[in-house]
Amino acid sequence: MSVTTDTGQATGPVLAADGTPLKRSLSRALRRQKMRALMLIAPLLIFVLVSFIIPIGSMLFRSVENDIVADTLPLTVVELRNWDAESGELPDEALYAAFATDMVAAIEAKKHTRLGTRLNYEQTGMSSLFRKSGRKLKKLDPAADAPFKEKVIDIDKKWGDVETWRTIKTHSVRLTNGYFLNAVDMRRTPEGAQSQPEDKQILIKLFQRTLIMSVIITVSCIILGYPVAWILANLPMRTANILMILVLLPFWTSLLVRTSAWKVMLQQQGVINEVLVWLGMVADDSRLVLINNQTGTIIAMTHILLPFMILPMYSVMQTIKPYYVRAAKSMGATDWTAFWRVYFPQSIPGIGAGSILVFILAIGYYITPEIVGGTKGVFISNRIAYHISSSLNWGLAAALGTILLAVVLILYWAYDKIVGIDNVKLG
Amino acid sequence: MKLTKIFMTSTALAFAAGAVAAADMANEMTIVSWGGAYSKSQLKAYHEPYSANTGVTIINDDSSGEAVSKLRAMNEAGNVTWDVVDVEAADAMRLCDEGLAEEIDFNTMLAPAPDGTSAEDDFGAMLVSDCFIPQIVFSTTFGYRTDLVGDTPPSSVCDVFDLEAYPGKRALAKKPIGNVEWALLCDGVPKDEIYEVLETSEGQDRALAKLDTIKDQTIWWSAGADTPQLLADGEIVMGSTFNGRLFSVIEEQKQPVAMLWDAQVFDIDGWIIPAGLSEERKARALDYIYFATDTQRLADQAKYISYGPARASSAPLVGKHAELGIDMAPHMPTDPANAKNTFLNNYEFWADYRDDIDAKFQAWLAK
Repeated sequence: MSVTTDTGQATGPVLAADGTPLKRSLSRALRRQKMRALMLIAPLLIFVLVSFIIPIGSMLFRSVENDIVADTLPLTVVELRNWDAESGELPDEALYAAFATDMVAAIEAKKHTRLGTRLNYEQTGMSSLFRKSGRKLKKLDPAADAPFKEKVIDIDKKWGDVETWRTIKTHSVRLTNGYFLNAVDMRRTPEGAQSQPEDKQILIKLFQRTLIMSVIITVSCIILGYPVAWILANLPMRTANILMILVLLPFWTSLLVRTSAWKVMLQQQGVINEVLVWLGMVADDSRLVLINNQTGTIIAMTHILLPFMILPMYSVMQTIKPYYVRAAKSMGATDWTAFWRVYFPQSIPGIGAGSILVFILAIGYYITPEIVGGTKGVFISNRIAYHISSSLNWGLAAALGTILLAVVLILYWAYDKIVGIDNVKLG
Repeated sequence: MKLTKIFMTSTALAFAAGAVAAADMANEMTIVSWGGAYSKSQLKAYHEPYSANTGVTIINDDSSGEAVSKLRAMNEAGNVTWDVVDVEAADAMRLCDEGLAEEIDFNTMLAPAPDGTSAEDDFGAMLVSDCFIPQIVFSTTFGYRTDLVGDTPPSSVCDVFDLEAYPGKRALAKKPIGNVEWALLCDGVPKDEIYEVLETSEGQDRALAKLDTIKDQTIWWSAGADTPQLLADGEIVMGSTFNGRLFSVIEEQKQPVAMLWDAQVFDIDGWIIPAGLSEERKARALDYIYFATDTQRLADQAKYISYGPARASSAPLVGKHAELGIDMAPHMPTDPANAKNTFLNNYEFWADYRDDIDAKFQAWLAK
């Protein structure tokens, strides 16, 4: 088995049993090991790639992608480059001819209404302009019907409006910052980025509200969860296990069921108000408004996310040896000092882990705010859902999602700088 | 773009993993609808007789709420797993605009009325999009608690805005459609000028200003089941919802609730066939549609739910409720006594202004 040559006369490389150099043999073995490890994680790797990394990458890309204008109206877009949007004059005949040719082809492929929907996000009225004009433009013959300018304007006078062409020109680029501007209550105009009219600004407000309320929810979870975790960690195992089930039970119940249950509890004719009125603590005509506002969202979400706070705290607290506190007390510390100076610092990694979990989950919550949040308790994710499924403005939804992702990553980075991610423990 | 394709393929696979295999099998089709009592009425009136006649197995999918976005995703992935989809008229219009729904030749693809009237004439004004085969007419209207409104129950939609005569909370939908029209109507705008007024920024502000007067007394709902629950619990005095929901609160659950038939917003629900089906599946979908939208079938559905058939020729055939045995005609939005003062949704207008007004409306709500 021994493979070394005589140390005294080091001639040539060290050889393995089969005669190959030890170095190569070793690296081959290592490579084989790595391959085996890679094969073992391959299913997970492929799964994560297909279901997580590619979708997120694609989402990020959608927020800037804007091929539709240039693909549907290729000739028009080329002509538009030569047109001075600032001149205030209508484009010339060449552009209208290009437009007619493009539109006839687009109508043939049934793509013109899709373009109308896209442009309607930027200028109201584009949707019906493309739909209605499509029926008539279809009858034009690009080869024989020149000149087009008058004919096209005849079909709908909006084609004779400089504003229409300015909108198309502004949004004809293949990569756009338009969606990101929209996501921060601004818009892309021929004169550059401008803010939205004040009565349409809502997204920044929703981002702020999402962050503030997520912080409030996280803090409430810490305040409510810490004593529970402490009791669980300090009870005898058997009792603790039974109490643990009480923590886990709601965890296993459907999210929708729990949220709907809160509705029954919190509404004005609900359980809490009925009890308070019966006890005489609240007058019948001034029942508390606990739902369809921020209070409702905070109460319901704190309850729903509480297990995510208690579990990491509990597992960290279990590892804290009771004799540290006893030692502190034996040396004359009061109960409070022993707790605050000795026990609490050791439990911080649990709080950190729980807080990150709860905060990141809260920031993306959608269904609970929708059900109990009314108008002032909804999050940015409700708006993302609206743009995905109702307005179909996926570009804007992607931009909002990207910003949300960036915010989470920045906060995570800040947490790492301030507290240190090594201080986070799940047990 | 390749990236997007890959992603969409994987999402679409996730969306309908089960249905993929099913749809390829010879004698099965996937029909998408809203679920609940509504799907049940379709099952009884359309699916069961159709399956009995043809041997085709029908798989139900309650995804109509997300139909537009899912169809778009399926289409991008090039793998459409649905055969027939039940959507609202406004959604049908958008699907048609996006090229996601098949265009229909009404006279050749749909059954004529029993007296020979062509399908196009029989459906009449209900045909609001080239891709949309109307099925039922429903209304968004107000229900109120009979025990909470005093001796004079509300008789006009404007009573919703009258906090003095009818104090207490109201429920309105958390979207502008319907609400802004009612607001303008009650602010004195003549019915036929409402959409002209709404086109202008001042008109939109005027509608919101009117809604402002009841804003802090309003609970904004997002699910159709919310208002019936709030009424049953006595949380609100009155609230808007779909007339079929109110019918079940009043007639099936016997709650002290009554319905207000005034300026109710008429809307249409119906079928579309997704674009991009294979010839064989498209033919089967059309065969189903031909059967399910004939005069008798549309009248049959009204036995199970209080939505009016979209064909003029079906109205005289509407009978009694299958289980309760009550006459259904007086509960139909299409009944002459109920349809004295109705409001027809302007789909063209909303296709254009929806995003614009919705942004304004949500910003106003968040204020």
